[in-house]
Amino acid sequence: MRITCPYCGTRDLREFSYRGAASDLERPDAEAPPEEWHAYLHLRDNPAGVTRDLWYHEMGCASWLVVTRNTVTHEILACDLARDVALKAREAKR
Amino acid sequence: MRIDGAGLINRNKPVTFSFDGRSYQGFEGDTLASALLANGVRLMGRSFKYHRPRGVFTAGSEEPNALMTVGRGAAQTPNVRATVQEIYEGLEARSQNRWPSLSADLLSVNDLLSPFLGAGFYYKTFMWPRSFWEKLYEPVIRRAAGLGALSGAPDTARYDRAYAFCDLLVVGSGPSGLMAALTAARAGADVILCEEDSAFGGRLNSEAEEIDGAPARDWVQAVLAELDSLPNVRLMKRTTVTGAYDQGTYGALQRVALHMADPGDRPLETFWHIAAKACVLAAGALERPIAFPMNDRPGVMMASALRSYLHRFNVAPGKRVAVFGNNDGARQTAEDLRAAGVEVAALVDSRPEAELPVGFNAFKGAQVIHTKGYMGLKSITVSTGSREEVIEADCLAVSGGWNPTLHLTCHMGARPVWDETLAAFLPAEKSVPGMIPAGAAKGIFSTAGCLADGQRAAKEALKALGLKAKASDLPAASDAPYSVAPLWQVPGKGRAWLDFQNDVTVKDVKQAAQENFRSVEHMKRYTTQGMATDQGKNSNVGALAVLADATGRGIPETGTTTFRPPFAPVSIAAMGAGARGKGFAPERFTTSHAANIARGAPMIEAGLWYRPSYFPRPGDAGWQEACNREVGFVRNAVGVCDVSTLGKIDIQGPDAAAFLDFVYCNTFSTLKEGRVRYGLMLREDGHVMDDGTCARLGETHYLMTTTTAAAGQVMKHLEFVSQALRPELDVSFTSVTEHWAQFAVAGPKSRALLDSLLDAPVDESAFPFMGCGAVTVAGVPARLFRISFSGEHAYEIAVPARYGAALYGDLVARAEVLGGGAYGMEALNVLRIEKGFITHAEIHGRTTAFDIGMGRMVSARKDCIGKAASRREGLSGPEREQLVGLRPVLPEGRLPAGAHLFSENRPPTRENSEGYVTSTCFSPSLGHEIALGFLKNGPLRRGEVVKLVDHLRGVETLCTVCDPVFIDPDGGRMRG
Repeated sequence: MRITCPYCGTRDLREFSYRGAASDLERPDAEAPPEEWHAYLHLRDNPAGVTRDLWYHEMGCASWLVVTRNTVTHEILACDLARDVALKAREAKR
Repeated sequence: MRIDGAGLINRNKPVTFSFDGRSYQGFEGDTLASALLANGVRLMGRSFKYHRPRGVFTAGSEEPNALMTVGRGAAQTPNVRATVQEIYEGLEARSQNRWPSLSADLLSVNDLLSPFLGAGFYYKTFMWPRSFWEKLYEPVIRRAAGLGALSGAPDTARYDRAYAFCDLLVVGSGPSGLMAALTAARAGADVILCEEDSAFGGRLNSEAEEIDGAPARDWVQAVLAELDSLPNVRLMKRTTVTGAYDQGTYGALQRVALHMADPGDRPLETFWHIAAKACVLAAGALERPIAFPMNDRPGVMMASALRSYLHRFNVAPGKRVAVFGNNDGARQTAEDLRAAGVEVAALVDSRPEAELPVGFNAFKGAQVIHTKGYMGLKSITVSTGSREEVIEADCLAVSGGWNPTLHLTCHMGARPVWDETLAAFLPAEKSVPGMIPAGAAKGIFSTAGCLADGQRAAKEALKALGLKAKASDLPAASDAPYSVAPLWQVPGKGRAWLDFQNDVTVKDVKQAAQENFRSVEHMKRYTTQGMATDQGKNSNVGALAVLADATGRGIPETGTTTFRPPFAPVSIAAMGAGARGKGFAPERFTTSHAANIARGAPMIEAGLWYRPSYFPRPGDAGWQEACNREVGFVRNAVGVCDVSTLGKIDIQGPDAAAFLDFVYCNTFSTLKEGRVRYGLMLREDGHVMDDGTCARLGETHYLMTTTTAAAGQVMKHLEFVSQALRPELDVSFTSVTEHWAQFAVAGPKSRALLDSLLDAPVDESAFPFMGCGAVTVAGVPARLFRISFSGEHAYEIAVPARYGAALYGDLVARAEVLGGGAYGMEALNVLRIEKGFITHAEIHGRTTAFDIGMGRMVSARKDCIGKAASRREGLSGPEREQLVGLRPVLPEGRLPAGAHLFSENRPPTRENSEGYVTSTCFSPSLGHEIALGFLKNGPLRRGEVVKLVDHLRGVETLCTVCDPVFIDPDGGRMRG
């Protein structure tokens, strides 16, 4: 498997480490109700199809990446910087 | 025996080798199988279960019978296929699975017992008593049935791993593969051409084919010369593409030096990872046998294999050869034999309408129904239905039709599709993204058809690559149609083998169906069909046809078992190349490593780091004595310890303080410059992640330390928080663990030591407890931190790593003058347990800040990672197991780590456990063992006597719950 890092280009899987679902970016407010924190910490979708998850270019530029991929075909559809995704989400909230 | 002809052997280069201790001669270009056949050797192995005598059956990597052990000693390799292994001067091969010898194998008694040893025999027979299976049945069965053995000694040979990238990977170099490679290469694509064989050309090397009116091999040589001249082509022979994976990744095993008498410094094998934008699968097809009674005699072989031996190796596998088939391959074989001057005993074609050439002892619509000759074929019995005839023959060539080699197309989950006309499975459409099957692998069996299809496939690949094929004509070649009449099994008296390597017969498959193992996957497991090292390459289709017949279903309904990588066996040594010994776990050394080794310190691993355990001295009774002495250095004088392995992260930026407030549960924005603070980091789920100190070196400059074990994890965590959760903060950080060598200087005389060492004495006002700042040592800028992990007045001094070794030597020498010295991990551990300082033994992932008595560190005034979750119900409160100290009621009482804690009057069972011991040591300061552990509601139970029980070590100790700080509880020594 290869991931195309926006900074480093197409690199082998071994340079990356996996974290989990990209929903980790949507951290609730400190005072959010417990249900919201519970969902953030524990509840995950397990889709057969397109999914977004977080990868870390540990042996490269140390960027956190949001990788969009298909769990059925194993296709990688997109790879964005987590920083950009997080900032864009903030913009949208405002 | 050898015959005349222009094969691919070099008759000017004779090669001497041995088989079972006997010396033979072959030629350069021979395989072990062809050279043995040339010497008249027919018996090459014994079968797995019945120890039946077996001869070579194929001429390729699918060989089920001729498996041998090559080499001696540590380097011996078992189960080498004689059809793949090229001979070299001095090669030693030995037969397997026989005792005492190949020709007189006493275990062939199994063959006489075969009526009782059919499918499912083991499962039914060795049911009870249960305990006998492991101790008696299995060892005996394993000794009686099996293949070759490893030497048991480490293999010292070199293996390699390599990576390659290309536009187009062509798998196979027959007419389709060569044509595809040529078309793509001429269009400018980067091409890798992999050929499993030692020669390019595929079947063209093994048939009397012509291309453009000349021997096909001339065309092969011309194409190879052109490909070789192009810079965008990499030709890889002896390279088996073993698997197809995601995103156009292919695994390939290259036999780099297995054919060499002296490999020199070459690896024996290299395992390749090939990333290809497109792939043409031109892997050809495998001929399949026919299951007729007693079809496993040495001398019975595939017709295509016979033609390979005839044309490529110039070997006639017999003096009187019979041919049996259900397609035109039989006629072709007979004609080739006659042209080579070999007597054809019979030409048997199962098709009643077959057109057979004149001049042969030919049988139409006939079948071979029996054979004779235990150690080698002597005769066959041919039946036309109305009459039977016994014909003397020492070799029988069999062709049951062809199965396209479509294995790679199934490696990503696709199932092959049954084709009624070809009586074969074909690759499914778009089975692997980017892979285009071509030629025989797709069911096209004529040379002209393969040439055209190879070109077509390359054009398709080029189009996907955005390249344009140059116009070129196709070479002229034979376009003989392929017609086959399915013939899977021939009824008659005697066993008809399907899987030769695992001794599975038609009867076994039928029995499986009868006992309701009707699914092809169940049949496979029940009979072991296709489960040997050849993975049933030439037997699976036949077996499932028999199963289909026995169950009354069609072949497409029956389906195939799952094709998985690797296509051919891959040695673990090649897959794991580079990952043996130190390659498996790299080592990280501190700058004091050499000095510690020189002092004879046993080293212990801490992650990838190596740290000294203790420093032995002559006369020491053991490690405990050394440890006690080193604890004494620190408690009474001064000790020196390398602490460089702790993670060091340099953090800078206008928002550094805000960032640290967010990642630590306590506050760092209020920390003054030139001061250090202990920090606790939580995971987002509210449990403790790591702890350490963090120094504020300047307004916008911090230096964080992490534990040795969690350094990488913390760095990754910081990056995540910064990039993904707080991207608005202007802060950057970098790991400087390797850049600074850092040493603890601890003990009442630490100040005196530093005063004698530093360019200026330690300024008390600049370095109060938890102070930090810049100093110089012999003119070298250094950092000094007044922090303590021992409870004593202590410092840590850091210098750029290049000065580490020198500084360490100096520090230890000065410490020794002051009555102290170096201390190792054992002493460090005692010192911190005596002070109740925690490590990852305590913050093991399930403890909260509350549990370790630091609940109040989670600041109420700000948000931080883990804060919300740490307030959840159940993560604090009296039901939690909390940090306590433990001391034995009797001084000799033992407190082993891992033991559980119980109320004194309750039985020590799992459900009564109220806590456990995490760290333990003998405290030389107190004269008995002490321990840290977790106990339900522990802090409020100080003074209570609890029962410590270690069921594993058989220890039971009464101990008193106490404060985890055993020494100097008010911290006077540390601060003073």
